[in-house]
Amino acid sequence: MKKQSLPELQKICSQLRRDVLRMVHAVQSGHPGAPLGCAEYFVALYFDQLHHNPDFQMNGKGEDLFFLSNGHLSAGWYSVLARSGYFPVEELKTFRKLNSRLQGHPATHEHLPGIRIASGSLGQGLSVALGVAQTKKLDKDSSVVHVLMGDGELQEGQVWEAAMYAAHYGMDNVIATVDYNGQQIDGPTEKIMDLKNLKAKWEAFGWEVIETKEGNDLASVIAGLEKAKSLTGKGKPILNLLYTEMGYGVDFMVGTHKWHGSPPNDEQLALALGQLEETLGDY
Amino acid sequence: MMSLDLKYTYTEKKDTRSGFGDGFLEAGRRNPNVVGLCADLIGSLKMGDFQKEFPDRFFQTGIAEANMIGLAAGMALGGKIPFTGTFANFATGRVYDQIRQSVAYSDKNVKICASHAGLTLGEDGATHQILEDLGMMKMLPHMTVINPCDYNQTKAATLAIAEFEGPVYLRFGRPSWPVFTPADQKFEIGKAWKMIDGSDVTIFATGHLVWEAVVAEAMLREEGIRAEVINIHTIKPLDTEAILESVKKTGCAVSAEEHQLNGGLGDSIAQTLIRHNPAPLEYVGVNDSFGESGTPTQLLEKYGLNAENIVKAAKRAMARK
Repeated sequence: MKKQSLPELQKICSQLRRDVLRMVHAVQSGHPGAPLGCAEYFVALYFDQLHHNPDFQMNGKGEDLFFLSNGHLSAGWYSVLARSGYFPVEELKTFRKLNSRLQGHPATHEHLPGIRIASGSLGQGLSVALGVAQTKKLDKDSSVVHVLMGDGELQEGQVWEAAMYAAHYGMDNVIATVDYNGQQIDGPTEKIMDLKNLKAKWEAFGWEVIETKEGNDLASVIAGLEKAKSLTGKGKPILNLLYTEMGYGVDFMVGTHKWHGSPPNDEQLALALGQLEETLGDY
Repeated sequence: MMSLDLKYTYTEKKDTRSGFGDGFLEAGRRNPNVVGLCADLIGSLKMGDFQKEFPDRFFQTGIAEANMIGLAAGMALGGKIPFTGTFANFATGRVYDQIRQSVAYSDKNVKICASHAGLTLGEDGATHQILEDLGMMKMLPHMTVINPCDYNQTKAATLAIAEFEGPVYLRFGRPSWPVFTPADQKFEIGKAWKMIDGSDVTIFATGHLVWEAVVAEAMLREEGIRAEVINIHTIKPLDTEAILESVKKTGCAVSAEEHQLNGGLGDSIAQTLIRHNPAPLEYVGVNDSFGESGTPTQLLEKYGLNAENIVKAAKRAMARK
């Protein structure tokens, strides 16, 4: 895929945000907050970082792979998959509707190109990513496996089982990113179940940790992922702490858990879309 | 019992888990894509020979079963055929959601291999004696559920699931048990095996209780009752055709399993009969109870899971015809 310029990638971010809002609005269900906050990450991955093939092969041999562990960000993932050619952009309008391939949470059952495992029940994606990464090592395949987790998701115990495994086996072909927005359904993470010092925690588990402090600045996100990539192959798994703001891009949604799982109404949608330029054409 | 005229006999006793271990090694030799994972129970699962011969294809995961299931799902989607090993309790109840989402719903070619199932685990007691695993696993869409009866059948089943595409739950156990089926048997997933012909009552048995059914048949024959014995090694998909054909002939049946009555093989057979040919069915299994410490033989007797209880159940079923 030809690399695109920063302004071109910015346009995709704006369109992704429009897609997400229109998708959750259309069915009055879904999770707009976190995918708005991860727009730059999704676009940086699929349009700049991943060596991937939209002619989908389940086993992903020779390709960089991405796994979405926090499956409720499905609207954002579906948008970036469609916009990068995995399936028709038109299909985004079927999101969460009966007989759709775009299930509420990502699934393989309906054979949507780009999805390799179901997610939604939290805490499982890192283990799956490590399994594929282990397969790549067995097959002498030097491509990289990415996985995104929510910060609240780190409250699940399985994540730390996987974290231990990754360091023990030197899984240096895995780049795990944590969407560090400080919010979860019931409120701020520090009130619900404080994550304390995440950097120190992952380092103590034997991971190489980098921090991307400006997770909603595209250039910073790309630089962070470049740095993470440069650290692969050195014997340690890599953890990218991506500081984002939930709801970023819409002034009345930003920085609060209130839009974690609530769709905008007609008026709110119009207000939000007024803040986001239609750059690639709405679906 | 030594004076009984048994239709099947044995010269040695072996644990079914060793059948798994030997089958797993052979599967690894036949197919380089077969890989193994174990959560700190390599010795108990008899996975050591595979690990020794194929160290690069074997992954010790530590005491972390949830991660092990996720790893296996990832390896499967990358093209490997992962076999996970731990005790049946930790292989099912502890990781039900991981199996449900990452394996069954995602239709991943993972072989969940579970030892020390049921009461015959013995002295470790109820914390480890899972009696609900077949029910949990058979409820999952896409899941194939297999519970072989002896060393030879477990080895054959292990080789068969390596060649089968799709998620499988393979259940076996710890005790030394009669080896009474042939070493060269062909294992057909989903195909019941009629071991003894009969006309008065059908005994549908699975796992260790197939041997008890063979003994029960000889005991019944001494009293002039001809029991048909069918080995249901595959709980799901269930061979409903074989079940209906047999009960059409005998008119009544007994189910025998080392499992809770709720959700076990008996329930699957009852469902089949009630829909197609309502006939008396008596259950031999654990009746809504946990187990306890003891020897396998003591426990099977106390919880009513041995040949004597199958004989009684057969007579009850016949009386209801």
